[in-house]
Amino acid sequence: MPGHSYDAEKYWKANLRLIFGSLIVWALVSYGFGIVLRPMLSGIPIGGTDLGFWFAQQGSILTFIGLIFHYAWRMNRLDKQFGVDEE
Amino acid sequence: MSQFAINIMFVGGSFLIYILIAVWAKAGSTKDFYVAGGGVHPITNGMAIGADWMSAASFISMAGIIAASGYASSAYLMGWTGGYVLLAMLLAPYLRKFGKFTVPEFIGDRFYSKQARLVAVICLIVASLTYVIGQMAGAGVAFSRFLEVDSTTGLMIAAVVIFIYSVLGGMKGITYTQVAQYIVLIIAYTIPAVFISFQLTGNPVPALGLFSTHIDSGMPILDKLNQVITDVGFSEYSADVDSHLNMVLFTLTLMIGTAGLPHVIIRFFTVPKVADARWSAGWALVFIALLYLTAPAVASMARLNLMTTVYPDGTAAEPIRYEDRPQWVKEWEVTGLIKYVDKNEDGLIQMYNDGSDDAAQAFKPQAEARGWEGNELDVNRDIIVLANPEIANLPGWVIGLIAAGGLAAALSTAAGLLLAISSAVSHDLIKGSIKPGISDKGELLAARISMAVAIVVATYLGANPPGFAAQVVALAFGIAAASLFPALMMGIFSKRINNTGAIAGMLSGLVFTLSYIFVYKGWFFIPGTANLADIPANWVFGISPLSIGAIGALVNFAVAFAVANATEEPPVEIQELVESVRYPRGAGQAQDH
Repeated sequence: MPGHSYDAEKYWKANLRLIFGSLIVWALVSYGFGIVLRPMLSGIPIGGTDLGFWFAQQGSILTFIGLIFHYAWRMNRLDKQFGVDEE
Repeated sequence: MSQFAINIMFVGGSFLIYILIAVWAKAGSTKDFYVAGGGVHPITNGMAIGADWMSAASFISMAGIIAASGYASSAYLMGWTGGYVLLAMLLAPYLRKFGKFTVPEFIGDRFYSKQARLVAVICLIVASLTYVIGQMAGAGVAFSRFLEVDSTTGLMIAAVVIFIYSVLGGMKGITYTQVAQYIVLIIAYTIPAVFISFQLTGNPVPALGLFSTHIDSGMPILDKLNQVITDVGFSEYSADVDSHLNMVLFTLTLMIGTAGLPHVIIRFFTVPKVADARWSAGWALVFIALLYLTAPAVASMARLNLMTTVYPDGTAAEPIRYEDRPQWVKEWEVTGLIKYVDKNEDGLIQMYNDGSDDAAQAFKPQAEARGWEGNELDVNRDIIVLANPEIANLPGWVIGLIAAGGLAAALSTAAGLLLAISSAVSHDLIKGSIKPGISDKGELLAARISMAVAIVVATYLGANPPGFAAQVVALAFGIAAASLFPALMMGIFSKRINNTGAIAGMLSGLVFTLSYIFVYKGWFFIPGTANLADIPANWVFGISPLSIGAIGALVNFAVAFAVANATEEPPVEIQELVESVRYPRGAGQAQDH
C-alpha cells in the first residue's frame, strides 16, 4: 500500500500544488481576463475588439487545452518519479 | 439530383455506418456494456467524449445564441470547455482508478451508504432525462426540415437507430459510433464556416477570420458588425454585461456542472489506465475546441450576412423588398422559423430592435421618423447554423452534410445520456439494491432492458415535451453543479467527509438550488406558480436562477464539512479507499477494496 509511506504523501502534495497552480491560471484567463478584468484590458485592441473579448471567446479555451496537457505530462512524470505509475 | 435526394443520401449513409459499427461492436459482458471493455485508446475516447458532449444545443443552438447576444454569451463558450480542466485534475483520473462502472457507485462506496447512492441516482436520472428530451426533440426537428417527414416520425426513426446500436453494443457500440458521429459533425460544422469566413474576410480559418478585416468595407469584421447592428437599434455585439458577478457565477455553474455530469464522467471509465484518463481529457477538449473556436466566428458572420441580406444597400438606405427576398428565406418561412409581418404595409422588410432595452428606446424616435411600425422579420436563433450554407449560397451537398451533422450531434449525446440512465437503473438500483446476487448475464440482460425502456420513455417525452424540458441549463447543470460535483470532489480530496456529511451536503445543495430556480421559474416548472417574475431586478444580488448552481455547490461544501466534523470519522477502510484512488498504481485491483 503506497498510501502510508512518506513518498506517497510527497507525491500527493506535489499533485495538489500542481492543481492549485493550474487552477489559478484557469481562473485568471476566464473569470479574470475574460470577464472581471476586461474593462482594464480594453485599451489593448485585437482585430476590431479588445483583448478581454478574445480571451472570453477563444483565448481561455486555448489556455484550457494547454493546462490539461501540461498537467497530464507533469503528472505522468511524477507517477514514474514516485513509482506509483501503472506498469 | 434533388436536394431531398442528397439529404436522404447523406443521412441514410451516415446511419448505415452507425448500424454497421453496432453489429461489429456487440457487447458480450457487463464490462463491455458499461465501459466498452475498458480498452479504449485515449485519443479515440477523446473523440467519443467530443461527440458525447456536443449536443444538438452545441451544434445547432449555440452559434445562434452567440449571434443574438454577442459577448454576453461567452459564458457558454468558457463554461462548456473550462469544465474539462476540472475533470482532468479533480475527478477523472481518481474515478478511473476507483475502477467501477457508474458515478452513484463511487458515491455509495466512498460514503458507505445506500442512501447516498440513491440520492446520486435520483440526481443523475433527473439531470440526464431533462437533457435527453432536448436531444430527441432536436433530432425530430432536424428530420422534419431535411427529410420532409413530420417531427414525430423523425423522432421514431432516430429512436430506432439509437435502439439498434445502444441496446446491442452498450458503451462499446456507443463509443465507436460516437467516433464516427464526431467526424460527421465536425466536418459538417467546419465546411460551411470555412466558405463563409473566406467569402467575408479572405481568411479560410473561421477562428482567425473573426478577428480579420471585412473585405467589402475594409473594416475589422467585428467593428463592421457593431456598426451595422447599432444602426438599427441593437446594442453593440461586443458590449459588456450589466453584472460581472452574474456572468462569473453563470460561467462557474456551467463549468462545475459540466464536470459533474455523469454521462461525461463515465466516458473516462473506458480507458485502460489512469494516465490515459488525463490524456483523454486533453484530447476531448481539443476535439471540442475545433467546434467551439469556430462557433463564435459562425455567429458573428451569420449575423452580418443576415443584416446585409435585409439591408443590401446599407442600413441608411431602405431594406430589401419582401418580393425580392432570397430563396432560403422562402424555404425557412415554410417551417415557421422565419416569420414576416408587413406592419407598415410598405412591402419592405424592416428588421430592427423594437424591444424594451435602452438601446431600443434610444432608437425609437429614429424608427418612427423612418415610418417603421415595429420589427417585421422574426428569425429563430436555431436556424443560424442550419441555414448557414443556404445563406452563403453553398452547393446542395453541404446542406445534406449539415443535416447528417445535426443528427449525429443529437444522436451521439442522446446515446451517452441513455447509457448513463440505464446503467444507473441496472447497476445501481437492480444490482446495487434490489437483487445483489444477480449473475453477469442476468445483469447484462437487465442493462439491455433498462436501455430499451429509457429509449421508449425519452422518445415519448421528446414527442410530448413536459414543461421542464426547456430548462436543461437550469436543471441539468444546476443539479450536477450543486449536488454531484461537490460530493465527488470531497470524496477524493477529503478523508474526513463521512456518510452523514455527504448526504446532508448533497441534499442541501440540491434543495437550495432547486428552490431558487423554482421561485423564479415556477414550482416544478408548473406555469403560474412562480413567486417572483424572472427579471434581473428581482434577482438576489443580480444572480440569475441559471447561475445559482455555483452557490448551491458552496452550500453543499459548507454543510458537508460542518456536519462531517460534528459527527464520527469515516471508518479506516474508507480512509484507505480514499488513499488508494489517489495513486494510479494497481488500477486493475481497485475493485478488491
